[in-house]
Amino acid sequence: MQPHAEMIHWAFAAGILLVGLCLLCEAVVGQEVWRMRPWRKYLWPGLAFVLGVLLWPVMAFFTNSSIHMYAHGSWAEVLMLAGGAELGLVHGRLHSPLWRLTWPLAFVVTGTAFIVHEQNPWFFARSAFLHHLLGWTFIVAAIFPLLLVWRPRSAVLQAGFALMIVTVSVMLFSDRDVAPIFGHLSSLAGTPHR
Amino acid sequence: MEPPLVSRLPATVARTARMKIVSAIGPTVVAAGLIWAILQPYRVTLLHPRGQGFWWLVIEPPLLVAGAGVVFALLVARPLLADLEEHDAAAR
Repeated sequence: MQPHAEMIHWAFAAGILLVGLCLLCEAVVGQEVWRMRPWRKYLWPGLAFVLGVLLWPVMAFFTNSSIHMYAHGSWAEVLMLAGGAELGLVHGRLHSPLWRLTWPLAFVVTGTAFIVHEQNPWFFARSAFLHHLLGWTFIVAAIFPLLLVWRPRSAVLQAGFALMIVTVSVMLFSDRDVAPIFGHLSSLAGTPHR
Repeated sequence: MEPPLVSRLPATVARTARMKIVSAIGPTVVAAGLIWAILQPYRVTLLHPRGQGFWWLVIEPPLLVAGAGVVFALLVARPLLADLEEHDAAAR
């Protein structure tokens, strides 16, 4: 009855896609218009926080190895922290912009966890390739939220942040548990599903 | 403080560009999901449900993409466009 890992990736990809689209719209219209309706300012930070909460059941049920539990648990923690900090900032409970450092922290922790918990090499199978790619993408793209701490209104950085999130969702949607990557599929990976 | 992404253009052009971008995002995402479903119909298990388990029938990536686009277009983009229009009208 438990879904395959790839299905969890697709479901999270849908949530992450929504976060990315909201961020993109905010970059296009500007913060003033985006916050004209009170609920909208809580939208993407709230979604991020909920995604963090939903990572806990993933940690509890997908216990292929200890390292998987640590990886999913650390994602849940940093995503909830970053989403919660953003909620606090937009609500006005938190004031220091340094709380936005929780985003680059979340990206670096997520990227490291992706790389560390993938124990197969890049071309073992598509999922292995995507785990490595996602890991490095998160680590390199942490530059966007890091710079946004000091230039929070920079439209270019906001758009870069948003497009990076959308890219992550595309990568997650591309994931398959057992599928070739550029013609490579290890015989140890198993039999591909359709 | 930097202005929004498209406001370095002349005011009218920027206004139109913003409107177009916001209104295009949802349909573009829906189109991406539908094109994916056409290119890889075997990823949409609803088209051949016999013998498929519960999760294969519930979580179908091309439909998730299209669904995200629909949700975004209806719940986020539509009210945002109204606000954008209101804001621009007030600024004129």
